[in-house]
Amino acid sequence: MIASVVAHAFLLVFMPPLLFGVINKTKAAFAGRTGPSLFQAYYDVAKLMRKEVALSATTTGLFVVAPAATLAATLMAGLLVPLASFAAPISFAGDFVLFAYLFGLGRFFTAAAALDTGSPFEGMGAAREVGFAWLTEPAVFFAFLSLSRLSGSLSLDGMLRATERGAWLERTAPLVLLAAGIFVVLLAECSRIPVDDPNTHLELTMIHEVMVLDHSGPLLGLIEYGAALKLFVLSVLLLHVMAPTARIAGWPGFALFALGLIGLSIIIGVVESMMARLQLLHVPTLLIASILSCGFAFLLLSR
Amino acid sequence: MPGGLFASEPLVLLLAAAGFFAGSGVPGLLLGWRSAWGPRIATGMIVLGSLLGLAGGILALRGDAAIVLAVPSPLPGVAAELAADPLGGFFALPVFLVGALGSIYGLSYWPPARHPRYGRRLRFCYGLLLASLTLITVAHDGIAFLVAWEVMALTNFFLVTTEEESAPARHAGWLYLLYSHVTILSLFALFLVQRELTGSFAFQAIANGPGAQGLRMAVFVLAVVAFGIKAGVMPGHSWLPSAHAAAPSHVSALMSGVVIKMAIYGLVRTCGLLASPPLAWGVTLLVLGAIAAFFGVVFALAQHDIKRLLAYHSIENIGIILLGLGLAMVGRSVGRADWVVLGLAGALLHVWNHALFKSLLFFGAGSVVHATGTRDIERTGGLAKRMPATATLFLLGAIAICGLPPLNGFVSELFVYLGLARAATTPGAAWAALPAPVLAATGALAVACFIKVFGVVFLGVPRSAAAGKAHESPRLMLFPMAVLALACVVIGAVPALVAPALGSAVAAWTRDPLPGPPLAQLAPLGWLPWLAVALITATGLLVAMVAARCRQSRRRQPGLPTWDCGYAASSPRIQYTASSFAQIITSRFAWVLRPEVHAPSSQELFPPPERFHSHVEDSFLDKLLRPGARRALRLSAAVRALPEGQLQRYIFYILVVLVVLLVWAIAGGPPIG
Repeated sequence: MIASVVAHAFLLVFMPPLLFGVINKTKAAFAGRTGPSLFQAYYDVAKLMRKEVALSATTTGLFVVAPAATLAATLMAGLLVPLASFAAPISFAGDFVLFAYLFGLGRFFTAAAALDTGSPFEGMGAAREVGFAWLTEPAVFFAFLSLSRLSGSLSLDGMLRATERGAWLERTAPLVLLAAGIFVVLLAECSRIPVDDPNTHLELTMIHEVMVLDHSGPLLGLIEYGAALKLFVLSVLLLHVMAPTARIAGWPGFALFALGLIGLSIIIGVVESMMARLQLLHVPTLLIASILSCGFAFLLLSR
Repeated sequence: MPGGLFASEPLVLLLAAAGFFAGSGVPGLLLGWRSAWGPRIATGMIVLGSLLGLAGGILALRGDAAIVLAVPSPLPGVAAELAADPLGGFFALPVFLVGALGSIYGLSYWPPARHPRYGRRLRFCYGLLLASLTLITVAHDGIAFLVAWEVMALTNFFLVTTEEESAPARHAGWLYLLYSHVTILSLFALFLVQRELTGSFAFQAIANGPGAQGLRMAVFVLAVVAFGIKAGVMPGHSWLPSAHAAAPSHVSALMSGVVIKMAIYGLVRTCGLLASPPLAWGVTLLVLGAIAAFFGVVFALAQHDIKRLLAYHSIENIGIILLGLGLAMVGRSVGRADWVVLGLAGALLHVWNHALFKSLLFFGAGSVVHATGTRDIERTGGLAKRMPATATLFLLGAIAICGLPPLNGFVSELFVYLGLARAATTPGAAWAALPAPVLAATGALAVACFIKVFGVVFLGVPRSAAAGKAHESPRLMLFPMAVLALACVVIGAVPALVAPALGSAVAAWTRDPLPGPPLAQLAPLGWLPWLAVALITATGLLVAMVAARCRQSRRRQPGLPTWDCGYAASSPRIQYTASSFAQIITSRFAWVLRPEVHAPSSQELFPPPERFHSHVEDSFLDKLLRPGARRALRLSAAVRALPEGQLQRYIFYILVVLVVLLVWAIAGGPPIG
């Protein structure tokens, strides 16, 4: 029990930046480049934590609190999901609501900090962030309802074990729909292509990156690390839905699970390499498709 | 069981509180317009009454329901019955807390020196309103309820029209009065039908018997219409935004936080009395709740008057409360006690929570108006630097109303979600979980809306000269906000504290309670304090980690500008406005919002200066009700020609009716009375 909690915390704290490295390596491979090191995101965060902060005179204390609160919320969400066959460190009936709302708390602070600078570009980014988020929430809740129906459980830990007992063979269609829906939510929430381009350098077209233009030094370090953590947590969620991950018990399963997360990052990298970013006006259509996908899964399961 | 007055301490305390409230404005009437003592005496009496009332309400929550007082009434054969039971006590407590805090807030917000003309009337009606609210919660039959309700409705009208020289306030008042009439007429009908079913006006269970179906349906429909309009449930909500915006802010806080909850009380009470409800009723409430919650927040997003925006959020929160109540009704129909407990506990806790954070936000909005002189959030900005205490308290209220952890809004929404998820796992009942995704979208939109309000009002740089000269509010205005914010934090972090109150109110709801598990077994009350502590500690540690470095760098390079992407001529007007922030969402809902947009069309090579203007009024009122009313007026022109305003004719009509009645009575109709 204690060993598994320590392993959970270790993976949660140290693995996320690696996922960014894997995605960027994949993209580099597609483009025929060597690309940055797999560990570049670790170096970046370490560098930022040693740097000075430049604070705009417009900002208030909220600007400093926001990255910290967002990261704390994401960390707590990371404690609610199980890794491999080990139970989640925190698990109770209704923790899926807390999971979703912790991301809402993070969004509140990130977008408020963007408005704290008084910059039109950051306001634009914040407006887009909240303008798309309200379409991902229903998809997430349809997914949770479907999983709780499939597993009969009201906690994330139980829900994500729904695929453990051969559900993939009996309930293939709803699970495929769920996985597709959650994948789109992951791409949108983690600002990946086709919703947002993390590498873009034009403020007018960005969403997440433009909100954090004015953050610097350790504040930016917290944000970068928090973004990696969010990708990690949502990948864990998706991996549990995609595969019966809890079937292989113990440490071999745990190692396999970590490999699965890397595999998922490669898939994200492939998607990013093969697709262009959608026009902003078309993003809601994609997100509504994710609601429909998860909604149909719920419909199929509620027969 | 009518008994002596002193048989029940809670009732005595509650009635004493009502007495203090009703009398609080009277000394002020005898003093001069500009006297500072009128408000002080009124506030003192209201605070004293509230303390008595809080004690009474808490005792009532502990006790069991027993009718102890039957007041003889002028109507023959009818005695008004009063009682203090847990459900009434539950709804009475916010009256005392918000009422007293609002009165204290009003001392600084509406001092006689600045508003000499209407202050005395305002305080008199405020006290009377509080008294009527208290009486509504102890009324135990239709007659007492109606009397208290009508006093509430009329004092509310005078409070909405406090600033009677302003045309929008007068207009809001008339609109309110119109809707209020519909409510009271429906209530008359409701209590008459109830008397037909049970044989008396007293509140008692309405059993389902042969031949009673139609009348029971009438009771439910009338209750939904009457209380739905009063609570602002769509589509009967059109009076609410303008009325709550027109009243002085501390009165708006009471109206939005407490007064509309009396309609919820009426609905909860009526639903509890109707034994073994059919499934369709619960489903109706679920549908109405989902519509009110979702479209309430959509309309709120489109507003740029801070008080109208908050008023639309009340509609959203009423929707969330209805979702909980609907789930509880469905649970009764299908015999699931756990749905009843979670749904009703969620609804009731949200009643308290909304009273707390909505009053907090309206007080905050009042402070903004006080400091800048405008309700238009497009003319504010950067207030956090000038009024840091107000900004912090408003931020807490904003996080709470969005239902985000670790504050109180999250707890009540969690109960409702848990109940809905329990429906989802039940074979054959998955349809009952469908409001959950709607509630999720509503929550995300509320987050968007409050980022907009907080960001535009308090963050960035001032958009007008008045906002640049804003000042922090006086302590008497900050103190009530601090109390409410503290309550939000405490309920959010330690919900187990309110679990006993919720438990006894839920148990008192129906006369045929299902044997159900207690709330503590259904909801993770024990986990939430630890999570709140962990979240706040982690945030604190991370802030401490970077704060030292931030302070150090700020000392070295003061006054850095915001990164302007190389644009050299930055101005406050370049900031994102509230309307542009919400536009990405509101443009999707143009079909229901129907915004009035005046957009320039620059065709020439060198276009002249142009203005852009967009505004969202209540489309239900402007596009549906007004044209409908005009058509009805035209159609009824023939009938209206009949009276023509002559007193003699009216007397003649009365005489005719009297003669007809006499003939009917003598000729052997049913006995009257």
